Amino acid sequence: MNHWIIAPVLLPPLVGAVIILAARYQVALQRVFSVASTVALAGIAIGLLVQSMSGQIGVYELGNWPAPFGIVLVLDRLTATMVTLTALLGVAVVLYAIGSGWDKRGNHFHALFQFQLMGIFGAFLTGDVFNLFVFFEVLLIASYGLMIHGGGAVRLRAGVQYVVYNLLGSTLFLFALGTIYAVTGTLNMADLALRVAELPADDTAMIRVAAILLLLVFAVKAALIPLHFWLPATYAEAPAPVAALFAVMTKIGAYAIIRIYTLVFGPEVAATADIIGPWLMPAALVTLAIGMLGVLGATHLGRLAAFAAIGSMGTLLIAIAPFTPQATTAALYYMIHSTLAGAALFLVVDMVRARRQAEDDAIAPRAVIAQNGLIAAYFFAAAIATAGMPPLSGFLGKLLVLDALRGHDLVWLIWATILVTSLVAVVGFARAGSMVFWKVEPAPEAASPAAPVAALPFVATGGLIAGIVALTVFAGPVTAFLSDTSEQVFDKQAYIDAVMDTPRAQEAEAANAAGKPLAYYGNTEGSADKADAESTTDSQQEKTE
Amino acid sequence: MEYLLATAIGVMTAAGIYLLLRQRTFPVILGISMLTYAVNLFLFASGRVAINLPPVLLNQTPTYTDPLPQALVLTAIVISFGMTAVVVLMGLGAFLSARTDHIDLARTGDQAEESGK
Repeated sequence: MNHWIIAPVLLPPLVGAVIILAARYQVALQRVFSVASTVALAGIAIGLLVQSMSGQIGVYELGNWPAPFGIVLVLDRLTATMVTLTALLGVAVVLYAIGSGWDKRGNHFHALFQFQLMGIFGAFLTGDVFNLFVFFEVLLIASYGLMIHGGGAVRLRAGVQYVVYNLLGSTLFLFALGTIYAVTGTLNMADLALRVAELPADDTAMIRVAAILLLLVFAVKAALIPLHFWLPATYAEAPAPVAALFAVMTKIGAYAIIRIYTLVFGPEVAATADIIGPWLMPAALVTLAIGMLGVLGATHLGRLAAFAAIGSMGTLLIAIAPFTPQATTAALYYMIHSTLAGAALFLVVDMVRARRQAEDDAIAPRAVIAQNGLIAAYFFAAAIATAGMPPLSGFLGKLLVLDALRGHDLVWLIWATILVTSLVAVVGFARAGSMVFWKVEPAPEAASPAAPVAALPFVATGGLIAGIVALTVFAGPVTAFLSDTSEQVFDKQAYIDAVMDTPRAQEAEAANAAGKPLAYYGNTEGSADKADAESTTDSQQEKTE
Repeated sequence: MEYLLATAIGVMTAAGIYLLLRQRTFPVILGISMLTYAVNLFLFASGRVAINLPPVLLNQTPTYTDPLPQALVLTAIVISFGMTAVVVLMGLGAFLSARTDHIDLARTGDQAEESGK
């Protein structure tokens, strides 16, 4: 068994605990631990990605219990891609938080950040739906702490909204899981795929309810209209590095939709085939339209970035909704792109905020800020990427999406929506950019705040933009890999075989056939003695009773 | 028994959703607690309602009740307990710093004066 698979889930909480216990009052030490852990995680993630490229699905059985009795972690190409994306984003975010001094505005930023990473990695890696719920809660409870990091009345109140909304989502998740367990008697994803496919055709009412409930839960995470209301206030009021990390949180909802609705409730499952895609597509179209209209109508830069995030989720879910391998390839490419672009946009907005008086982010003429030119260039790059203009990867991503949906029934509606909203976004970003960076008021000399001169925020944001450029330049190899990825995603038999038919599971089957208990660590041979011992304790119990 | 359990879950869910839609923080938190109680019962019932049966497989008793939902409920109770504590603290913090316990944020027009965070 390959123990590296569990490393992304184990390393962050260990480092987080050390940071809380040993480095509570030394910010410098916290930073060292945090950066070291995040860089190590990026290394591990790239190692896992290289390993997944062979096409073999790695399975880690916790406690050496074979599925479906134990919890498994599964590493395939999709998981490895998402883990690598999160780890690389984590490096940029932690560097920005250190460079901008955000981590000193409250306590425990770095510890919470590590726990947040643990939850995200766990949610990507797990192969069990209840375990997915648990990791959702881990990442949420860390995100509650990060969301209100630095305090302030508005941020706290936005935080309360965020927490309440997500608690409701968690409750819905539990209802869905209860229904699924009541129907199928299992919570392991591979086992669920087997059992759902075997359900008799006239007995699918409950599982359809469960599929819809689960879709609602993931739609809350993915900010799908009409379940997006938590996002604008949360992202606009959260500390910028946290908002940048949250750019990957909406993608967890998208990832979960791809995973569950190809593997468990796949397009070939008759019970649910006619309810998921046909509902997801219109909702995604409306999400895209509302998001980009929000970009056009935003009065503050924070809101602008938040609505751009909603809009990009719309495009992403449009590409997911058909559930075909080609469209999923486009979705995955756009997912990587929009994570990087969204995060970069939040960091640029924070750079403007930090240089204005009273951290004001209104889209209105103000005194010229320090390093206006460089920040304007960054904003320009992030805006081009988000709006989907050439030459950056947003353009290629949207092109892939348009191309993949050529054969869809609603092709004209989809194309029109994507193209018109792109235009709306271009106008919105152009208006915001020219208002903030060009139409500046003459600076009142005395009152201008001391400009932050740290280079690290520029390095972190520049790193994200360099990632977008790299994604554009290496679009060929990346899409080739993502095309393999989506083929693997749709090959559900391979996934089921990999999870259910491990060496350990074969061992258990052989032991069962021989009528012996399964050998375990420290007891490799004496299974017959153990059975005797058990029967004696049983008879002793009978006597005492 | 089934009717009693189903009615209890239904009534608690309805009450929870009603409270959740209120304007102030305290009823909303109560509503969330209500919903978590309902979902805990629901999870418990998802392993079928069985009375007077052990949750372990013993040699002399041929029947048993499914232990997995009980383990799930235990996890759900612990998580919802922690989450409720967090939301109570955040609600209190928001009330003390903003001097109001309305759930809604101020409209965009008032944001300019508020944004001095």
